[in-house]
Amino acid sequence: MSFNWNLVFDSWPLLIEAAGVTVKITALSVGIGFLIGMIISLLSLSRLWIIRMLAKVYVDVLRGTPLLVQIFLIYFILPLLIGHRIDPYFAAVTACGLNSGAYVSEIFRAGIQAIDNGQMEAGRSLGLSWGQTMRYIIMPQAFKQIIPPLGNEFIAMLKDSSLVSVIGFEELTRRGQLIIAKTYGSLEIWLTVAFIYLVMTLSISQLVAYLERKYKTK
Amino acid sequence: MIKLEHVYKSFGKLEVLRDINLHVTQGEVVVIIGPSGSGKSTVLRCMNYLEPVTKGHVIVDGMDLADKNNLNKVRTEVGMVFQRFNLFPHMTVLENITLAPQKVRAQSKGEAEAIALELLEKVGLADKAHAYPPQLSGGQQQRVAIARALAMKPKVMLFDEPTSALDPEMVHEVLDVMKSLAQDGMTMVVVTHEMGFAKEVATRLLFVDEGQILEEGSPKDIFEQPKNERTKSFLSKIL
Repeated sequence: MSFNWNLVFDSWPLLIEAAGVTVKITALSVGIGFLIGMIISLLSLSRLWIIRMLAKVYVDVLRGTPLLVQIFLIYFILPLLIGHRIDPYFAAVTACGLNSGAYVSEIFRAGIQAIDNGQMEAGRSLGLSWGQTMRYIIMPQAFKQIIPPLGNEFIAMLKDSSLVSVIGFEELTRRGQLIIAKTYGSLEIWLTVAFIYLVMTLSISQLVAYLERKYKTK
Repeated sequence: MIKLEHVYKSFGKLEVLRDINLHVTQGEVVVIIGPSGSGKSTVLRCMNYLEPVTKGHVIVDGMDLADKNNLNKVRTEVGMVFQRFNLFPHMTVLENITLAPQKVRAQSKGEAEAIALELLEKVGLADKAHAYPPQLSGGQQQRVAIARALAMKPKVMLFDEPTSALDPEMVHEVLDVMKSLAQDGMTMVVVTHEMGFAKEVATRLLFVDEGQILEEGSPKDIFEQPKNERTKSFLSKIL
């Protein structure tokens, strides 16, 4: 088996461009997941069981079904319900964002619950409302704790975003498939694609480790 | 100032307070003593509804705490100091003290900081304004916690075993601050094991056991002639 380096060099700019797309939809998805996760985690700490229940159902359903199936449901089934096609980009970000929200909410919940209850009591005893105590006292402390698991979530989503290639959205994996379809260079292209993913995930780990150190010293 | 009327409190099946009646008037320093697990801290925590009562009424400054609309208002008037300080570790001492006055009392930052520095002066920690709580000793942290509560200009201060988590050599610095507060006429309710403090500062002493106030009176009377058998046996063990 021979390895065609020229194919790697020729495809490199195309693959790097697609890697940029992968980073972009990952960032968007985790961003959406972050907002959803924050809301769901607060709901899961509610005093009303019905609201806690809603949050639990959300998390259970999105963690308990494969992301690939969720992508299919949003791309193929949602259009049947709303009556018009949706574009792959929108479907990809929506599916990944909703999915990420479930995982991030659990990260937040653990982070919030790790904060000593005395902090909430101190805030409330000063006359701050529950929301103010959350915002100024609990959340800033919880954020520091959740940096590492949040980094892991980002890495997991970066890899899982390859699944949206099945609905034809052209991120790194899909771009690789398309190049192989033209050049038949599957060995070179898949190895290159894997290498690019690896560089991206390792860079993120480094960034997370840096952030963790930075906030720990404070 | 604070009235507890037929207060009951249960945690699940466990009944921790049974028919507590208490009236704290302005300027009083009420010290609550009793064995651990007696419910004395719970009595205190009911006074600002950190523990909502199961039955009965808590009335602070004429406002019934069962009405949720009164709750935050009352809490701004009732300062609380905890056994484990509960300072906010991600904020400087100054930020700890100025947060609530800015958010709740709508003071400007400058105004709140001026008051905070005055209070830090009073508790002897003016030089620590920009330190973070974990950099301070336990005694210093507790004095900051007192300053933080005072910044809201409360009408009453509640102290929940404020010296129990401190190394012995730091106890006096916290008690000194509390004594000077009492001398300034602050209304205080203190749960403590510091009998010296109780003798010296309390205007009224309560002995609580098994969720009830078993005996109350002046510290002199209770220490010298306790009437209740359980008060006698408790005091004989600790004095």
